[in-house]
Amino acid sequence: MFDYTYLPAPNLIPSIVEMMLKIVFIFSMNMGVFAPLLGWVERKQSALMQDRIGANRAEIFGFTVFGLLHTVTDAIKLLTKEDFIPRGADRPLHYLAPFIAVVPSLVAFAVIPFGGKYMLWGHEVNLVIADLNVGMLYVFAVASLATYGAVIAGWASNNSWSMLGSMRVGAQMLSYEVAMGLTLVGIFMVYGSLQLTTIGMAQENFFHWGIFLQPLGFILFIACALAENKRTPFDMPEAESELIAGYFTEYSGLKFAMFWMAEFLEMVTIAAVLVALFFGGWHIPFITHQGLIAAMGYLFGANFGAIAAMIIHVAVFWLKVVVWIMILMLIRWSLPRFRFDQVMKLGWKIVLPLALANIFITGLVLLAVR
Amino acid sequence: MLNQYIPILVMTLAACGTAAGMIILTSIIGPKREFEEKMEPFECGVSPITDPKSRFGVRFYLVAMLFIVFDIEAVFLFPWAAVFRELGMFGFVEMMVFILVLTVGLAYIWKKGALEWE
Repeated sequence: MFDYTYLPAPNLIPSIVEMMLKIVFIFSMNMGVFAPLLGWVERKQSALMQDRIGANRAEIFGFTVFGLLHTVTDAIKLLTKEDFIPRGADRPLHYLAPFIAVVPSLVAFAVIPFGGKYMLWGHEVNLVIADLNVGMLYVFAVASLATYGAVIAGWASNNSWSMLGSMRVGAQMLSYEVAMGLTLVGIFMVYGSLQLTTIGMAQENFFHWGIFLQPLGFILFIACALAENKRTPFDMPEAESELIAGYFTEYSGLKFAMFWMAEFLEMVTIAAVLVALFFGGWHIPFITHQGLIAAMGYLFGANFGAIAAMIIHVAVFWLKVVVWIMILMLIRWSLPRFRFDQVMKLGWKIVLPLALANIFITGLVLLAVR
Repeated sequence: MLNQYIPILVMTLAACGTAAGMIILTSIIGPKREFEEKMEPFECGVSPITDPKSRFGVRFYLVAMLFIVFDIEAVFLFPWAAVFRELGMFGFVEMMVFILVLTVGLAYIWKKGALEWE
């Protein structure tokens, strides 16, 4: 049912402006900052870890800018490559697969709060694109759509290696989706909500951060998230030494880049979910949400103070996300690839029973302290 | 509160537009040079001898079936977890019985070897 009473008629214009600004902000963060830059970060960070120099050749008038120009040259190269489709491939599905892979990774961010609530000139700004009460369920639902992209890519390519890769994607993603859902039940029990803004507000106190209340849930979740992301050590679907490039072997140009982009944007979403659920979201340790707004309000006046607090909170959130992306990259470049039987064993025989045990223990503790 | 979903709709449209734009761009801009050997599926230069759409291991199918059972369990757990504090002891025992039944199922498929990948 459409709840007409909820529509704030006089506030309609500011609400629409607020919505569009938030969508543009998240879109430009994802497409403008993270999608191109993470390729550079990955190359430079791996180079740093392996005592190499890394990308440094692209130059303009003799300036290499730390290899940052490689993001530009890569984009131009991928754009002007031939869009290759092998003989016998299913052409419509071959076009559809990268589309399905990239869209969920762009919209999954919608429910993650990147700041709190602020009063600006009588209009309440809530820094989340869609404040859904089913929050995390939406993230799971959208993230699982990405499985279709990878499976269809392998199926449509008419290549045996792609097909093997897509079979592995299916089995791996389904297995870890079950485990991932169960690992977060503990967090939902502790905070009594699936809504990410509620969970974020509940983490105002540093010692109420999810990492302290659900340490086992955190470890299990990060294992599942890495597996869902399909990066090393869980990159069986695209294992280069076994399957050429797995499900996207037959992709080139921007269609190849879209799978690559989806992977990086999934990583951003995982980092953001980790921050929102386990690391206090936009909160600075030991400084309350209202406390910062009051302090800034004292310095700059009520409205500009709220804007200053907003900027600080958003910056803190993205800083945490960037730190987590770098930790995820550290894991990716440190660990070797698992075997497929080990991955399935980890998912079904270790993470799943531990997640169920975590739910049981969390329930007992919550009833005991009540 | 259905209008909470309007931003998601706008964002989905923007994402679809971006993705479609990228696919259209790359299929227009790139060169097209087709010849017989190049159009073969890539198998390190060797001509493909097997049809990829032949039979595949039944275990992948089995995983998908097990997934349905346990994913529905997870879906039942989400609303329960959100109202866990209000339900109290009764809700806890009730759900633990439900989880126990499914854990017996997990132990059964484990013992039957449905989770082995040799």
